[in-house]
Amino acid sequence: MRYAAEVALWLLALGSYWLFPDYLGLLAQVWIAALFAVSLDLLVGYAGVVTLGHAAFFGLGAYVAGILAVQGWGEPFSGLLLAGLAAALLGLLTAPLVLRGGELAGLMVTLGLALMLYEAANKAAFLTGGADGLQGVEIWPLFGRFRFDLYGRIAFLYALGVLFLCFMALRFLVATPFGLALRGIRGNALRMAAIGTPVRRRLMAAYAVSAGVAGLAGALLAQTAQFVSLDVLAFHRSAEGLLMLLIGGLGALYGAVLGAAAFTVAHHLLAEMTPQFWEFWIGAALVMLVMLGRGGMLGLLRRLGR
Amino acid sequence: MNAALETRGLTRHFGGFTAVDDVSFSLPAGARQALIGPNGAGKTTLVNLLSGALPASAGQVVLGGEDVSALPMHLRVQRGLVRTFQISQLFAELSPLESVTLAVLQRAGRGAVWWRPLRRHRAEQDEAAALLARLRFSDAEATARTDLLPYGKRRMLEIALALALKPRVLLLDEPAAGVPPGESREVLDTVAALPRDVAILLIEHDMDLVFRFAERITVLALGAVLAEGTPAGIQRHPAVREAYLGEMAHAPAA
Ligand SMILES: Nc1ncnc2c1ncn2[C@@H]1O[C@H](COP(=O)(O)OP(=O)(O)O)[C@@H](O)[C@H]1O
Ligand SMILES: [Mg+2]
Repeated sequence: MRYAAEVALWLLALGSYWLFPDYLGLLAQVWIAALFAVSLDLLVGYAGVVTLGHAAFFGLGAYVAGILAVQGWGEPFSGLLLAGLAAALLGLLTAPLVLRGGELAGLMVTLGLALMLYEAANKAAFLTGGADGLQGVEIWPLFGRFRFDLYGRIAFLYALGVLFLCFMALRFLVATPFGLALRGIRGNALRMAAIGTPVRRRLMAAYAVSAGVAGLAGALLAQTAQFVSLDVLAFHRSAEGLLMLLIGGLGALYGAVLGAAAFTVAHHLLAEMTPQFWEFWIGAALVMLVMLGRGGMLGLLRRLGR
Repeated sequence: MNAALETRGLTRHFGGFTAVDDVSFSLPAGARQALIGPNGAGKTTLVNLLSGALPASAGQVVLGGEDVSALPMHLRVQRGLVRTFQISQLFAELSPLESVTLAVLQRAGRGAVWWRPLRRHRAEQDEAAALLARLRFSDAEATARTDLLPYGKRRMLEIALALALKPRVLLLDEPAAGVPPGESREVLDTVAALPRDVAILLIEHDMDLVFRFAERITVLALGAVLAEGTPAGIQRHPAVREAYLGEMAHAPAA
């Protein structure tokens, strides 16, 4: 039953390529947002570390992939991988700061680090293009054959493929002893220490993995849009990631995908209907979902399925 | 006799208040020792200092001859010093089976395995299931969410998590607190049935249970050791009788 639902979901995702041929660009955005939300779910939903600065890793990934391409290395897969590694490294370096004090202190540190990175990218215009954005990103064809096209066909397939692989890797990870340990830490960190677990080391690993996946998502955006703006590092991106998680449901990975899809599509539709007012409706939908019960869309589906 | 656990001048201040005051005591290997004292005497604070949940203001904790004063809690646990909590510290959303499996995996050094799924760790899961069965968890109880279990079962899970670590020194902070009388005896019998080479320090208010279990008793009052000795000696001890008479009165003659 659960397995069938999973297969159906991925088939639907792939099938949307033929179902909505005019919206391939938007759907690529959905897959990228989903990858970002899934990375956040590992940290927030499993390990219980809340962050307001995850855009830092998304943005770093985007700039690394973008700058590599501008400097003459436009091969997509290696660019993607380097961007993910850079973001994971930044995660590993900043994790000790984030995990130092209490929960609220950590939250402020994530916010502060993301703000610093945003301003640094703004100032380093010679490298990043600053407020004008990074121009001239040229990505070579996938596998040397499939050129990124105007209709977003290759962008769609590339983003969905990367999302699928990362999702399956994370799905595997959360079902290992390491994944169970993260759930244990979220449930009761004191008890985890009392059974001999180096809690901070586990959280640092989770933080680095989550940062790396967020970096991959950022790189996907840079490569498919062939442009990077400061927006990739903006606070609203971190906040929207959390919104997607809450909408879709925490701590189950699929909730992140559902939430990202719902948010991105709703954003698009509402922005077309009421360009000035779409945030109001997103807010209203969020309040309604919370009223409907815990667990977001996934929780709702589970209750309907029973 | 060589001590399994020893403290030297262990002290903890909270602001101007001294909760644990220059405590030097030792727990011999294989000890069955009780720590008693009125509420607020500093018993839980002492356990927090021993386990590393709180840093000491002064003094040392020596585990099997090694000074562990500077070690964080998880490293003391890995050296065999395990505690339970007076106020249950459990994983509300996990089942007892998952919780105990976590402890077994960690003890076996597999707590961070990220390359092999949990379901392929059969040995650890079987060990966890066997331990829970020994502590009279039914299959349904072992796989239910922990926060849905009755209170007595949750207290038993506290102990199961400690036993899963195969401790050398076990600190039990009021394991039977709040458990109905019939079940509390069961809790203590489980503890008493542990292998003889485990040193146990039991904090308990019920004097019947203390006298059934303990071969030695340490009395703590106002953060300091007031007396230490055999159960019979403690019962006759004038200072103990004075500080603690009301609660000692119904203790059986030993
Ligand atoms: N974290 C803390 N901050 C301030 N005072 C504390 C703290 N923990 C314990 N105390 C105080 O230390 C004293 C001893 O408490 P505790 O160790 O819990 O006693 P017991 O376990 O013997 O009942 C009490 O007066 C308590 O209020
Ligand atoms: Mg106490």
